Amino acid sequence: MMILTDLTIAEARNLLIAGDISSVELTEAHIRAMEATSSLNLFITETCEQALSKAEKSDTQRLSGNQGKLEGIPIAVKDLFCTHGVLASAASKMLTGYTPCYESTVTKHLWNAGAVMLGKTNMDEFAMGSSNETSYYGPVTNPWQRVNEPTVKLVPGGSSGGSAAAVAARAVMGALGTDTGGSIRQPASFCGVVGIKPTYGRCSRWGMIAFASSLDQAGPLTRTVRDSAIMLGEMAGYDAKDSTSVNIEVPDYEAALKKNVKGVRVGVPQEYFLEGMPKEIQCIWDKGITWFKEAGAEVKDVSLPHTKYALPTYYIVAPAEASSNLARYDGVRYGLRIEGKDLQEMYENTRAEGFGREVRRRIMIGTYVLSAGYYDAYYLKAQKVRTKIADDFRNSWKSVDLLLTPTAPSAAFVQGEKINDPIAMYLNDIFTVPASMAGLPAISVPVGLSSEGLPLGLQLIAKPFDEELLFRGAGLLELAANFKEKPKLAA
Amino acid sequence: MSIDHKIIQKIALLARIKVSAEEREELASELTNIFDWVEELDKVDTNDIEPMTSVVQASASLRKDNPNDGGYPERITANAPEAVEHFFTVPKVVE
Amino acid sequence: MAELLKGTKGDWEVVIGLEVHAQVIAGSKLFSGATAEFGAEPNAQVSFVDAAMPGMLPVLNEESVRQAVRTGLAVNAIINLRSVFARKNYFYPDLPQGYQISQYELPIVGEGAVEIDLPDGGAKTIRVERLHLEQDAGKSIHDLHPTKSYIDLNRSGVTLMEIVSKPDMRSADEAVAYIAKLRSILRYIDACDGNMQNGSMRADVNVSVRNPGDKLGTRCEIKNVNSLRFVRQAINFEAHRQIEILENGGLIDQETRLYDPDRNETRLMRSKEDAHDYRYFPDPDLLPLDLEQAYVDELKAGLPELPDARKKRFVDDYGLSVYDASVLVAERDTGDYFDSVAKSRDAKQVANWITGELFGHLKKDGLSIKKSPVSAEKLGGLIDLISSSTISGRTAKEVFEKMWQTGNDAKEIVESEGLSQITDAGEIEIIVNKVILENPKNADEVRGGNSKAIGWFVGQVMQATAGKADPKAVNELLRDKLKA
Repeated sequence: MMILTDLTIAEARNLLIAGDISSVELTEAHIRAMEATSSLNLFITETCEQALSKAEKSDTQRLSGNQGKLEGIPIAVKDLFCTHGVLASAASKMLTGYTPCYESTVTKHLWNAGAVMLGKTNMDEFAMGSSNETSYYGPVTNPWQRVNEPTVKLVPGGSSGGSAAAVAARAVMGALGTDTGGSIRQPASFCGVVGIKPTYGRCSRWGMIAFASSLDQAGPLTRTVRDSAIMLGEMAGYDAKDSTSVNIEVPDYEAALKKNVKGVRVGVPQEYFLEGMPKEIQCIWDKGITWFKEAGAEVKDVSLPHTKYALPTYYIVAPAEASSNLARYDGVRYGLRIEGKDLQEMYENTRAEGFGREVRRRIMIGTYVLSAGYYDAYYLKAQKVRTKIADDFRNSWKSVDLLLTPTAPSAAFVQGEKINDPIAMYLNDIFTVPASMAGLPAISVPVGLSSEGLPLGLQLIAKPFDEELLFRGAGLLELAANFKEKPKLAA
Repeated sequence: MSIDHKIIQKIALLARIKVSAEEREELASELTNIFDWVEELDKVDTNDIEPMTSVVQASASLRKDNPNDGGYPERITANAPEAVEHFFTVPKVVE
Repeated sequence: MAELLKGTKGDWEVVIGLEVHAQVIAGSKLFSGATAEFGAEPNAQVSFVDAAMPGMLPVLNEESVRQAVRTGLAVNAIINLRSVFARKNYFYPDLPQGYQISQYELPIVGEGAVEIDLPDGGAKTIRVERLHLEQDAGKSIHDLHPTKSYIDLNRSGVTLMEIVSKPDMRSADEAVAYIAKLRSILRYIDACDGNMQNGSMRADVNVSVRNPGDKLGTRCEIKNVNSLRFVRQAINFEAHRQIEILENGGLIDQETRLYDPDRNETRLMRSKEDAHDYRYFPDPDLLPLDLEQAYVDELKAGLPELPDARKKRFVDDYGLSVYDASVLVAERDTGDYFDSVAKSRDAKQVANWITGELFGHLKKDGLSIKKSPVSAEKLGGLIDLISSSTISGRTAKEVFEKMWQTGNDAKEIVESEGLSQITDAGEIEIIVNKVILENPKNADEVRGGNSKAIGWFVGQVMQATAGKADPKAVNELLRDKLKA
């Protein structure tokens, strides 16, 4: 018997077109899956009723022969996107009750393509975190379990933890995430799904709650590379409402998958070899190299000398921008307000109460690095180092077309393990942050399991706006790895 | 780089976040650790390097001067914790 | 020459720099499509961007950029082909984003200069430091509720240009002349309506004092002064306040002050210690603004004649005095009016009519020159009647009054009311002869050498003709007939 929640988007699309299944059936199956996985705390808001009514419309639409590329496909949206009439919380107490009267550009594109929204997924508060433990709505549990310790709850990664876990748990067919320093790729790796952060400027940021404006990008999380290509194709595009979005035509990403990687030059950045890195990470990386070689790619070592500076640079730039972006949460126009004896006290009470600990910490860091007397030493310095990090990548494109690295330095870890050690937590993003700093597109593909039975991902990085090559490379990894495992806690 | 509770107090004021005495100490030690770690950047020679302003190699796009937005005060104040006749209200500001 | 202020212990020089905020004339706001008009229901001219709703992003208005460049060109400034928008971070309820988007390190316009006219007829150059674009804030209203302030964001995001001068002014007169000149230029190029009452133009005034020849003293900034009168009063109060402190052995604290017109004093707003730490940094939501030289050149070519050039032309081509020219060019409409009347007419006579009768009537009725019932064409018609001796100057004033009331042409009025001068020499001679015959005693007096008495005869003739005789002709005839 066909299990609808095990279908990929591409498979479901074909069955829907053939009339073998209906969108309502598909949506109902996923609503049941959401119920079955409710203990994972995947959603902040479920929109099942709207989903069903949209699914009905989709079925009618299909009969009329006029359908979008995602017609009738149920997906979830990270709760960082504003969608009309639905709570947009950013997983923060600060946005208690905030219901936008507008629709983000990216979600609007998806709905226009026929997609069905099942709900808004849980995440780290304001996308700040790598474990989905900073959410005001509680942590998300990774549907994967350690083979030997099945009762230990693992983190799904972050900040798009709810989206990655929902896709892995078969609660949704695909999900929207956002990536600032690795927030799509790292949870994709932890949850055994595909996640792509496109080039900065590829997707509109309009209507997406800002964390760090120069880094934030929307991207899809799906179970296959093809599904990511399909979703990104609908999400991407120029938007006059976002001054940083870039006016370049969106290619047919799915069509790019037909091409192989023969003759593609793949670089292995030497600085990504970390001392004390788990053997199994090294092992999957080696496998990846072999797969590319076997497929006729030309693999070579490259050097990105400023790699180790990317993380500290990120932890100056991102909090600096965040401290300013989050100044609008002041209890005046929307969201939480905690009264005080005067205006100042109202501000201070509201922001102390509304923001969680990690968010407050980052606002403090950001405020400090921008403040008089420290700006040059920290913020300006970091932006200069950032130029050098981007230059490293630019140099590497002279000799290679793609870069191959691990996505994360470990498999999913245990809830609570790193939450009180900020730096240990920040180190999760060590392989994902450099590409973010340079605005480059990067994808994570699940390629195997650790000895504990947890998924591990490899990352590919490409030149700006070369998502097509990224998908081709990811397609090769997917094919070669033949990763078919399913988490224990999936529906 | 040692960050003491005085600096924390100053930043907290700038950021308009109330910080208790206990949190102040905690934050001071956390931020000290983080800035010690960040000090790594001093090793990078950034003489004559332009700071990055955007990863997008483009210049600002301009909008035509069309008045085509606004005119919906009820939606502007729809989520307000407190509003009177389409005004937002706050505790009285004394100048 | 700088005017010095007398203290009890010597002379003091006041040093003034100005930051003028001018609201740009544009249909929509600097970064959003909401309208920028003055006066509407609360929060009715506000978009989600202006209210800083989560996820909203700014997009730059091309008209704001165009106006800033034109203004830069009009004050002879360098246009920076690359400029950067920065965030100025601070908390205030009428600042929804928690930051103002402004320009900091790289403003759109660099150094320039404005020439001001001094009361003694001289001129002085005031250097402009920079001009940058920025968003206006919303409005807090404190008197609608006993314990609450009300926030209206209609102005939030409206385009302002901040024009920063160097500390080149040495008296309140100079500061006022500078603002007036800037206002005149802005109105000439239609970049700002210059309305200080509505707040579309306002100034932050930096004042310090020093003994002549000393280095600059510590300055205080007086925020948001919104009329020329208040600028003058605020400077004078502040300069004397500082002199008094210094003469009593005190020191000036660098602080921000407010001018209170009701009490005519400045008072402390905040001291340097609690000055804001604005944490400026380039706005990551906006890319740097790059302009092409060709675009700048095109705007330059499209600028209208500016007040200085026009003043020079009025002096050179029309032979006006510098004073008259200054008065006539201050407003573009007045200059246009003058230009169209003065063409092929006696320019000095035209200037006198405009600054005299016309200005007097406009002022009395509170009208702008554009609304004048006597148009340029009609005033020209009136002056033509004087030139052709159809009417006398005195009659002309009467005719002007009637034109003002009715809006009719001078010619129509003169014809319908029979006000034409008697220019026919024969007709005048008959009357002159009659008057001489009727007054032999007075005639003898004149013949006896009292040439002053001839004025009496002129009066008599004019009276007899109800003022319609050409006085020149009357004079000539009388002199001829009463020769000794």
